[in-house]
Amino acid sequence: MIDMQGVYKTYPNGVTALNGIDVKIDQGEFVYVVGPSGAGKSTFIKMIFREVKPSKGIVRVNNMSLHNLKWKRVPYLRRNIGVVYQDFKLLPKLTVFENVAFALEVIEETPKVVRKRVMEVLDLVGLKNKARFIPDELSGGEQQRVAIARAIVNHPKLVIADEPTGNLDPETSWEIMKILEEINATGTTILMATHSKEIVNTIKKRVIAIEDGMVVRDEHRGEYGYEI
Amino acid sequence: MMNIEVNTAMKFRTLRRHFREGGKNIQRNGWMTIASVGAVTTTLILVGAFLALMLNLNQMADNIEEDVEIKALVEVTAEEGQVDEIKQQIETIPAVSTVEYSSKEEELNELIESMGEEGKTWEMFEQDNPLNDAFVIKTEDPIETFDVASEVEKIENIQEVNYGEEIVQKLFQFNKYARNIGLALIIGLVFTAIFLISNTIKITIMARSKEIGIMKLVGATNGFIRWPFFIEGLLLGILGSIIPIAVIVSGYYYLDANVSELINFKFVSLMPFNPFAWQLSLLILGIGAVIGVWGSVMSVRKFLKV
Repeated sequence: MIDMQGVYKTYPNGVTALNGIDVKIDQGEFVYVVGPSGAGKSTFIKMIFREVKPSKGIVRVNNMSLHNLKWKRVPYLRRNIGVVYQDFKLLPKLTVFENVAFALEVIEETPKVVRKRVMEVLDLVGLKNKARFIPDELSGGEQQRVAIARAIVNHPKLVIADEPTGNLDPETSWEIMKILEEINATGTTILMATHSKEIVNTIKKRVIAIEDGMVVRDEHRGEYGYEI
Repeated sequence: MMNIEVNTAMKFRTLRRHFREGGKNIQRNGWMTIASVGAVTTTLILVGAFLALMLNLNQMADNIEEDVEIKALVEVTAEEGQVDEIKQQIETIPAVSTVEYSSKEEELNELIESMGEEGKTWEMFEQDNPLNDAFVIKTEDPIETFDVASEVEKIENIQEVNYGEEIVQKLFQFNKYARNIGLALIIGLVFTAIFLISNTIKITIMARSKEIGIMKLVGATNGFIRWPFFIEGLLLGILGSIIPIAVIVSGYYYLDANVSELINFKFVSLMPFNPFAWQLSLLILGIGAVIGVWGSVMSVRKFLKV
């Protein structure tokens, strides 16, 4: 599913974010990525959907070689990866329905399929009755559920979540985690960067810890391992 | 495994979606739309008024040039057969369009008429006409007057060639400068308009750069993102040209109805309202559409590299 071999990343300003990463993640896994701020977590995550290109090394996602993928092909890679962010990244002027539908319009689905699929996933995240609202009219937890609906609406094999509970209160965070687990149960790989000790230590999954741009720990059913 | 299709052909329903989306954006962006349309409107009124002025001046210059003709005077001693021969020789010059023979009696009548009251004193010459028979020559293109005149002068039995040499030369020079300056001004004005408008549109799109970034993260291709902006720019340009067209058409109608009688000299007359006003409207609409699209597409380009 995801295969990184000897990956380095140095930004144009001279900052080295990744310092030789070797990671292998199989289809259907649920993986936490933990580590202190500025350790390279974000770069590691961004590399998987090619928002960042490696300086050196091999990155393979779903049998596609990302280290030499052409710019023009990047959109086609992203259509098979659902991404969920801490700040939701919803289109502010579109309704909930339109936001989720956008991911399907991009792949030129028929309006009939779009309607059906969007209502299905909105039902899954429990927002069927808020389809006509715009993001500003929703709570943070609801907005994050819209973002998750958009991420999974075209059946991606991989969902990446970059601190999806970072802006949410504990109760809402558990709801989001429940939805992510349900998605994982259908065979979708989930990769989640997080700072939440509680979540990692309660819902036990594989944990990859990154420090100074290197993988320092990789355990199945691991612990969060940091104090904060 | 992964389903990668690079499908360059756009489906029809996607095109329809882009049109719908572009139209919706006009509504969604409320004040931004008004700002852009306002910028288009202001500049197009200026461009339109200026175009109307320049095209009319240009037309007047053309009219004056069209009226330039060469008068070739035939030697008094020439016999009738030789006159015919002269005509044939003139007609063989490539740039000549028409040659008209005017006998000395006709020349005298014309002179008397043109002098009005004073002309009466010339009537005594009717018995002993001192004028020459003449040929009135027009050229295909007025600018060829000089060459044709010197050709005609070489023909045997031609006594003299008149075409108001100095005045014509100055006239052509003046018209040439006037046209070039007018053209430069129009081009300058249009480019200023494009710059102003694309700047305004750029600001409205800047506010949406985050949205463009989100679209890219969901897997939209550049073309998919660009299309609605293209439509939006087109609509902005068309909306922005409505008021200028109304202003120019009604203004020109007023001028045509009231002023043109006052200034209706031989050369100086306005171009007729129909079709000129409609052609100008179409031109304004075209310029509006082009700068709307240009401004929109150029601005969005910057944000597509995410």
